[in-house]
This record gives sequence, C-alpha cells and structure tokens, in this order.
Amino acid sequence: MRTSNQEILDRNRVKLNIEEIRKEFPILDQEVHGKPLVYFDNAATTQKPRSVIQALTQYYTGYNANIHRGIHTLAEKATTAFEATREAVRDFLNAAEVEEVIFTHGTTEGINLVASSYGKENIKEGDEIIISAMEHHSNIVPWQILCQEKGAHLKVIPVNEAGEIIFEEYEKLLNEKTKIVSIVHVSNTLGTINPIKEVIQKAHDAGAVVLIDGAQASSHLELDVQDLDCDFYVFSMHKLYGPTGSGILYGKRALLEKMPPYKGGGEMIKEVTFEKTTYNDIPYKFEAGTPNIADVVAIKSALDFVQELGKENIAEHENKLLAYANQKLSQIPGLKFIGTAKEKVSVISFVMEGLHHFDIGQMLDARGVAVRTGHHCTQPLMQVYGIEGTVRASFSVYNTKQEIDIMVEGLEKVVKIIK
Amino acid sequence: MEKGSINEIQDQIIDEFSLLDGDMEMANIYLMELGQKLPELDEAHKIDDNLVKGCQSKVWLKTHFDDGRIIYQADSNTAITKGLVSLLVRILSDQQAEDIINADLYFIDKIGMNRFIGTQRSNGFGAMIKQMKLFAVAYNTKMKNQT
Repeated sequence: MRTSNQEILDRNRVKLNIEEIRKEFPILDQEVHGKPLVYFDNAATTQKPRSVIQALTQYYTGYNANIHRGIHTLAEKATTAFEATREAVRDFLNAAEVEEVIFTHGTTEGINLVASSYGKENIKEGDEIIISAMEHHSNIVPWQILCQEKGAHLKVIPVNEAGEIIFEEYEKLLNEKTKIVSIVHVSNTLGTINPIKEVIQKAHDAGAVVLIDGAQASSHLELDVQDLDCDFYVFSMHKLYGPTGSGILYGKRALLEKMPPYKGGGEMIKEVTFEKTTYNDIPYKFEAGTPNIADVVAIKSALDFVQELGKENIAEHENKLLAYANQKLSQIPGLKFIGTAKEKVSVISFVMEGLHHFDIGQMLDARGVAVRTGHHCTQPLMQVYGIEGTVRASFSVYNTKQEIDIMVEGLEKVVKIIK
Repeated sequence: MEKGSINEIQDQIIDEFSLLDGDMEMANIYLMELGQKLPELDEAHKIDDNLVKGCQSKVWLKTHFDDGRIIYQADSNTAITKGLVSLLVRILSDQQAEDIINADLYFIDKIGMNRFIGTQRSNGFGAMIKQMKLFAVAYNTKMKNQT
C-alpha cells in the first residue's frame, strides 16, 4: 500500500497554514446576514479553490473544443487536458490502469451505471444484493430498481447504536446467492468509517463483487483501490474541491470489459451501421456523448490541490476540528450526538431536546453558520434512530476552531431562548 | 374589534419587524414567540388531509367559512415556521375571499423573509400561501355557482 511507509508519511507531514489555505477559497470571504460566513456544510459540497475556478475559466477562454475526434490544435489541447485528468485520477486512486477510470456526473450516476450495466448481465431471479442501513438513497434506490426488475432481493446490514455496521450480521447475510455488496465507505450522515477492506474480503470469499460508495470518503481518506481490492469505487468531485456535475467510477478492467454499455451515442462506438454497432473499448464505452469536458479538466486542479497539501495533513487538521467540536458540543445541555463510531471523519450529527433541527439550522444561519438539517437522504437510517432528522456540521481543510466557537455560541443562545 | 384590512395588518407587521433592525437572529426569536402565541391546532386536525407538503417542517392548515369570510387555523411542528404561519393567519384569516385572492403579500419581502418562499421543499411556507389562496378561490367559485 502506498501510504504504509511511515517514514514517507512522517517526512511529508506538515502543519498546514489554514489562514493561507482560506485565501485560496474566494467564497469564504463574505458575510451572511451581516456575519462572516462559517461554512460547515462540506459533506454536502466543498467549496472550490481558486485553482479549480481558474482551470474552468482557462478552458473556456483558451482551448474549448470537442475532444477525441478533432484534429485541430484546440481539440488536441482539450483532449490532452481531459486525458491528463484521467491519469491524475488513476494516480489518486492508485488504480492499476488508466482505462479503469470512467468519468460520470457523480456518485449517483456511478452507482446507477453499475446497477444497470453490471446488474443487467449478472443478476437473476432469487439473487441477493447487500447494502447497509446507513446508505444514502443513491445507494439504495438503484438496487431496489434492479431487484424489482430481476426478482432479486435486497438485504440490509444493520447498524448498532453508535452507528457502526454489525459485522457478524453482515457475515450471516453472505451466502452463495449474494451477487453484489454495495456499501458506503464513510456515512454522509454519521461520519462513520466502515471497515470496507474486511467487508470486501468477506464478499469476495462468498463470490460477490463489491461497489464502494466513496462520496464522503474521497476527501478525507487515503484511497488505494488495489490494496482495498474493491471491484467498483464511485465518488463525486464536488465533495472533493472539484466542480459540480463531475464524478468518477473506478472499475476493475476485467469487469468493465464484460459489462454492456449504459448509454448509447457518440464516443462509445467503434463502428455503426443500421444493422449492428460495435462498441468502443473502456473507458469510452461508458462515456457516451460529449463529456463534461470543462469540469473534467478542472478535476485535475482539485486533485493537485489535495495532493499538494497532503491528504494525511488535511485529515490531521480535520480530525483536530472533530475532536474540538465533540468536546465543545458535549457541554451543551440537551444535545445528543447521533453517530458515535470509533472510526469517524469530520462529520458531526446531533439533535437537541425540545428543538426541531429546522429551527436550529435557521438560528445558526442567522449567525452566518451554514449547517445541513434534515434526513440527509438517509431516511432508513433516521428510522433506525427513531428521528426525523439531525443537524449536521461537517468540517473541511479551511475550517477553524474559531468557527466552531461561533457555532457553539449560537447553539448556547438557542438553548437559552428555549428555556 | 373590527379586523383591519390585509394591507393594514401587513403594515403593522412591517412596523413590528422594523424594530429588529434587520437582525436575523432577533427576527427568528420574534417569530418563535409569535408562533407560541398561535393557538395550537387540535391533534385531531393534524391529519394528512390538512397537511401542506414541506420536506423538513410540517404545516397543517384547516379552513372554514363564516358569513362570507374565510377562517384559517394553522400549526407547524417547527417553531420558526409556526411563527411565519401565525403571520399569515393574522393577515388572511377572517377576510373576504376576494381580498385573499387579490392579496399582494408584500410584507414577506419587507421583513426579509422572502428566503422562505420558493424553498417549498424545506418548510412549506410558500406552499401554504398557495393553499390559502386556493381555498379562497374554491370558496368564491362555489358561492358564484350558487347565486
């Protein structure tokens, strides 16, 4: 594994200058309701560094052209930039081959692609697909649709009170009928880091393939798809400092090559006659139509941003914020954490006695603090906890302890008002 | 006491909020206080038929007609939305159907609450206004058909 070398890690480990990093995010320099913006909705989407915004502008002002087929200079430039991103993603994931990287609109499309394409060929009546109780709706509904079409069954790994999957229950669910295990790497609602390496191993032992929903994990954790041995890994770039509407599907070559196309159109074909069409090779087979060129080009800047800071350094800063927020919030009377897993990223969900999450969100917004409230697209998980929703604060590399203090003051005020 | 016109009540509300000097936190607190004063809707009326769809906060709206006027009763499960709802009830309840249909609810913008409009998925406030007007239209149509 790339990151196992402790010496390299230590050598690379530096304390980040957060004030300098903040300057790279133009959006942070603004007031909301007359108060400085405190952006704690990073699990929904992160803000974008200047380099990403500039990459978009440079593309449209310098070399906008349709890629791959053009023979003129601009088309070549655009194609080169587009494919350079693919290589950057391969490196980011430590994938074996660049062809295993497919550009999508985001996590949701990645999961739908696999459910539709892989599912079409490999799922039959009576088969079983396993997900967990903490999945985002995006990792539930596509499998439900597939199960309905094929007469297959969806099985759900339960979670404990802390918000961790119950591994023994997972093992009990696995059997020869299990064809797919699709599980979230990091819960968007709770911040729980799932033991996916073990999950993948057990699934493979049972003969199933595994899709990992990395939407929340990709910005916080080191990724190595070869070490994980996952069959598919999907994530969205907009949660990773990149543009909206862009995402990645990693898939093992052997699987992708056997899968039928997901959409038909240009780019994905080799030859078309009215009688028969032969499909292009991967990754293009899954990239029908003119792709989201500008955003894909800008993805590279987002990944460069992360690589320059060092993921381990980002994680260290975020974990400090998480610990600080945990300690501060635990002193607020009536506040209850939802999700207290041992292994967590910098996402905190909570509820407060006698208060609706919507009101808490509004009161914090009045102080310029942006949090997310509601069920976070994980309604089944809310049912596990018997609640309608939570307040979720999620921290990124540009957040500070001072900002957490502002949120905590706001919450203390809310408690006083209610009394 | 004679009920004021829709615009008279709106102007009163604008005056009240102007004292808060644009402080959003104070406005939220004031809304919560107003919400607390709104008589609670009987649990028996908090049914799906009376529910105005919103994603995060629920709003229930119950209507009846009294001598050409429409009486609204409403409730919400969140404090701030309940405050907003109480303002709508204060303005529109016990008014003539025609006046409700033609009401220009300019107070929303003036008190800085337009952010709640158009976010029907989150709080149901915008949907509630539509629903209140719809009731007035339905009532008017019914009356015209009878005469």
